[in-house]
Amino acid sequence: MKIPLSWLKDFVAVPNKLSNAEIAAAFVKVGFEVEEIQEQGSGLTGPLKVGKVVSIEELAEHKKPIRYVGLDLAEGKTRYVICGARNFKVNDLVVVALPGALLPGNFAIAARETYGKISDGMICSAKELAISDDSAGIIVLPAGKIGADAIALLEINDVIFDIAVNPDRGYAMSVRGLARELAGSLKVKFSDPALAINSKKFDVMKSSKAVGVKIEDKNGADSIYIRTLDNVDVKRATPIWMQRRIEKCGMRSISLAVDITNYVMLELGQPLHAFDADVLHGGLRVAGAGKYQKITTLDKVDRKLSGDELLICDDSGPQALAGTMGGLNSEVSSATKKIALEAAHFYPNRVAKNSRIHGLSSEASRRIERGTDPALTAIASARASQLLVELAGAKFIGTTIAGTVIKKKSIKIASAKITKLIGYTYTSKQIKDALSAIGCKVVGSGPNLSITAPSWRPDLNTTADICEEIARLNDYALIPSTLPTGKGGAFLNPLQKRKRAVAQMLASQGLTEVINYPFTNQEMVDLLGFSGDRAKSFRIANPMSEDFPLLRTHLIPGLLTTLQRNLSRGAKNVAIFEIGSVFRNTAVLPKAVMPDLNKKPVAKLIEQIYAGVPKQMLFVGGALTGESVKSGWQGKGLTITWQDAVAKAVEIIELSGNTYEVISTELAPWHPGRCAELKVAGKAVAHAGELHPRVCAELNLPERTCVFAVILSELPFVKHNHQSKIWNFPAVVQDVALVVDEKITAAAVEKALHDGAGDLLESIELFDRYDQIGGGKISLAFTLTFRSPDQTLTADEVAKYRDNAIAEAGKKCGAQLR
Amino acid sequence: MALNSQQIKSDQDAACQAISAAQSLNELKQIKIDFIGDKSPLAKANQLLGSLDPSERAEFGKIIGLAKAIVNEAFASKNRELEKNRDLQVLQTEKVDVTLPTKRTLTGGLHPLTLLTNEICDLFLGLGYQVAEGPELEAEWLNFDALNIPQDHPARTMQDTFFVEPLDAKLVLRTHTSPVQIRTMLNEKPPIYVICPGKVYRADELDATHTPVFHQVEGLVIDENITMADLKGTLDHFAKSIFGADVITRLRPSYFPFTEPSAEVDFYFNGRWIEWGGCGMVNEKVLIACGIDPKKYSGFAFGMGLERTLMVKHGITDMHDIVEGDIRFSQSFGLGKQ
Repeated sequence: MKIPLSWLKDFVAVPNKLSNAEIAAAFVKVGFEVEEIQEQGSGLTGPLKVGKVVSIEELAEHKKPIRYVGLDLAEGKTRYVICGARNFKVNDLVVVALPGALLPGNFAIAARETYGKISDGMICSAKELAISDDSAGIIVLPAGKIGADAIALLEINDVIFDIAVNPDRGYAMSVRGLARELAGSLKVKFSDPALAINSKKFDVMKSSKAVGVKIEDKNGADSIYIRTLDNVDVKRATPIWMQRRIEKCGMRSISLAVDITNYVMLELGQPLHAFDADVLHGGLRVAGAGKYQKITTLDKVDRKLSGDELLICDDSGPQALAGTMGGLNSEVSSATKKIALEAAHFYPNRVAKNSRIHGLSSEASRRIERGTDPALTAIASARASQLLVELAGAKFIGTTIAGTVIKKKSIKIASAKITKLIGYTYTSKQIKDALSAIGCKVVGSGPNLSITAPSWRPDLNTTADICEEIARLNDYALIPSTLPTGKGGAFLNPLQKRKRAVAQMLASQGLTEVINYPFTNQEMVDLLGFSGDRAKSFRIANPMSEDFPLLRTHLIPGLLTTLQRNLSRGAKNVAIFEIGSVFRNTAVLPKAVMPDLNKKPVAKLIEQIYAGVPKQMLFVGGALTGESVKSGWQGKGLTITWQDAVAKAVEIIELSGNTYEVISTELAPWHPGRCAELKVAGKAVAHAGELHPRVCAELNLPERTCVFAVILSELPFVKHNHQSKIWNFPAVVQDVALVVDEKITAAAVEKALHDGAGDLLESIELFDRYDQIGGGKISLAFTLTFRSPDQTLTADEVAKYRDNAIAEAGKKCGAQLR
Repeated sequence: MALNSQQIKSDQDAACQAISAAQSLNELKQIKIDFIGDKSPLAKANQLLGSLDPSERAEFGKIIGLAKAIVNEAFASKNRELEKNRDLQVLQTEKVDVTLPTKRTLTGGLHPLTLLTNEICDLFLGLGYQVAEGPELEAEWLNFDALNIPQDHPARTMQDTFFVEPLDAKLVLRTHTSPVQIRTMLNEKPPIYVICPGKVYRADELDATHTPVFHQVEGLVIDENITMADLKGTLDHFAKSIFGADVITRLRPSYFPFTEPSAEVDFYFNGRWIEWGGCGMVNEKVLIACGIDPKKYSGFAFGMGLERTLMVKHGITDMHDIVEGDIRFSQSFGLGKQ
């Protein structure tokens, strides 16, 4: 919240020698981040004076209406200025910058000729003085002495700290709360403004015309005060000091009655609501929405009620969304005479729910959902009543109260526990000073303490809560630094090792890693022709943009988009890869279980929670286009083809230590005749090849762009069967050329040769492929290498093995020796 | 014809002189024929030895043998020299411009986030931490409830969450890697030392410093007698390892539902304090929900954004470069610093 130093100083003895930065540092030290320090009035020098409008001459001959205004500045003669604003009339008091004045933004004021007149100064708006964003018109003062210094009157010179208040510290969304924290941090005196208020004075009934109250929904609030005041003169202007403080806190001055409730909320932290009591029917009730269908709130929005809201109702129906926003019907208007002032201690979760259901976050709801001080209901409503009496001429009628304020229990704490959690031993003085500064009562000393947290600290319940307060007010910098280590034997798990090895390998081979957003859309899914499981995507309920509402089922969409981006930026040869999870909506998800938190869920529940989370496979994918070996002064390079994509998939699987089988398949988005499927243990774990030409065309990608994808998490983890001894007897090499039908894949022939060749086959390699034989036949030539562990192989033996291999290829693939 | 020692010496000198004067291997070849070959004076002299008296034979045998040895040695030496010169000349003609560009394959690179993740994991592996990972599409209960972030609590709205349909399955794109901590605590018994890197999601528009999809690394330690001083020491060590030995850290009080006390950790780098991440002592409520006895064990947790860490560490000024996949970006990091 925004808070002016001048207001803080009402309650904290801030040493004068402190710079603004030092004050900010004091807030930061105790956990309040200062987002901005605004030095109001910097860049502003007078003369800036209060002037009375004595004449207005309308100059109509210009593009926009312009006024030539006569001003009384107690100078003995009328001063004339040109003014473009229209929100003032004769006899209004305005703020005038005289020649010689300098306004923020280095705007020097001088007498000058404009619109055919001499303008001898300027009537100022709040924005021109940099005291608020309000540029709707010039400032019209409610009061002020003609010719007086307006800088002083408007209390312009001030420092405003914009402080981030964490969600556990509702009390600090007030001058009272932040003043206490600042005093605690600076170790100076704090005067609690709440203690200066005698609420008892208003806890009486002076008339039976006071509005009644009851709490029907016991889970909605534990106490509520309704103070009724009559004869409220709502037309009176808000005093300048109050208006300015409200503005400095970042709110807007609205009308006297509303300003008073807001002022008290800012000062003490208790949200208040003023109802026009004359439009109420019967007493007020804290009630659940139940049967009520709708409410129209102050912002003139008709809100359909869900049934879960907490409301303030009268006999006629809802009058406010409790703690969130008042109803339009009972809003204080210019006709209001009688006010019912509400101050309640609502339960934070109910107000948070109001706020969440209706997407409505207000100054009141932000405070209540963070927890307000239950003791303040009486005090804040009394303070506001007092101000209504003093400033609006109101007559106090009476107070009705429902519920009771629940007292906080004490916390027993052993000081050894503090050391055990923080790792630093505080002295009893350090402990007591810290806790006293935040308003705790501490009983006992030495090893055992009994601590009662103040009413405004609902967040203090456990030893750890108290430890934080002690550590923070003594400065976290006191805590020493020690380095614990786990027991030995920490290592990456197999999948983590695999991820690293694959990334390292691909990057070493010239591929560049990218990390894409895992979002896509149905158009892309359809364009790529994904079907089956690969088309079953999850939809994000609240996507960043409707352009990408789906979670990816595959890495290819992101890779192709990134490929396009690189090409559009002028890259010619692009080889990219990504390792990441994909999300497939393939299983029927059980209804979520939400176990209680007061103990560990039983094993079956934990299993259910895990079962409710869809499996997310880890993929590695790549997209390649251009040349893998660049053309250059040496001559032509190598163009990337389907083989490069298949090679990557093969190398990744080989790196995992798995053996695999390659088959030819048809699968979108690959070219139907140029897609390899790689199987491990009979299961498809990878696809690679050339992208379908239609996809290339539609995505404006180069022809014959290639892609591969391997499911890293589905590759079995095998023990690498490395050789324990390298055999040194000479290798014997045999070449065989086989003729097969052109539909037979090379892999099938190779596998058959491998199966037939026996145990002494060391390696097999295709060294020639000839497709000009005709008759639907091709020739495949392989080199078979044989080696024995314990002897030199004879030509006869090897010939036998080779013949066996050929026989097997004949049997399995119809191969014939060429 | 009688042998004359003067003559032998003069033949030897003539041979040596000729060898010495040879300019080429061809010339030397002719000299060999002339001065060492069968028809050379020394060879002829040698042939005459058999006709001498045994007493003279021994004497001249010695003289001639010596002369031949000297000539042979001169020849061998000259031959080596000329061969070396010839080789040198041949190799000179094979000279190429080795400064011509030779790299024709593509340059690859790892994404710097991967490099940073690896660096951090290695650091913590060395401290005895396991690396724990978990799903990105996660149960709401694990992402929020178990971390003491109840429904309707303002802390739940602190993080702009992506919810995933069907809504009654209560799945979210995890807003932090903390659910991995919960899974670890549910699955394992203390002592627990884990580091949890991974992708996380928050509905922030992409701009120079924000991205809806980013990476975090979180640490969790649960053991007996773990204190906030241990947390501080661990963060000190972490910061120094990543940003340099002279980097200092500070803790600022803060709030997270899953830790108490809680803090923000800043580090001082290039003359200013930089917000790094959140941390604190694991909230008792979280320990209890995971079945860990808070009377026996305590623990700390911390978490920071890797993009931000990367930007500070390498002076990267625009988040777009990290997320857009322009190959020039990752390539500039190559395979990491050596």
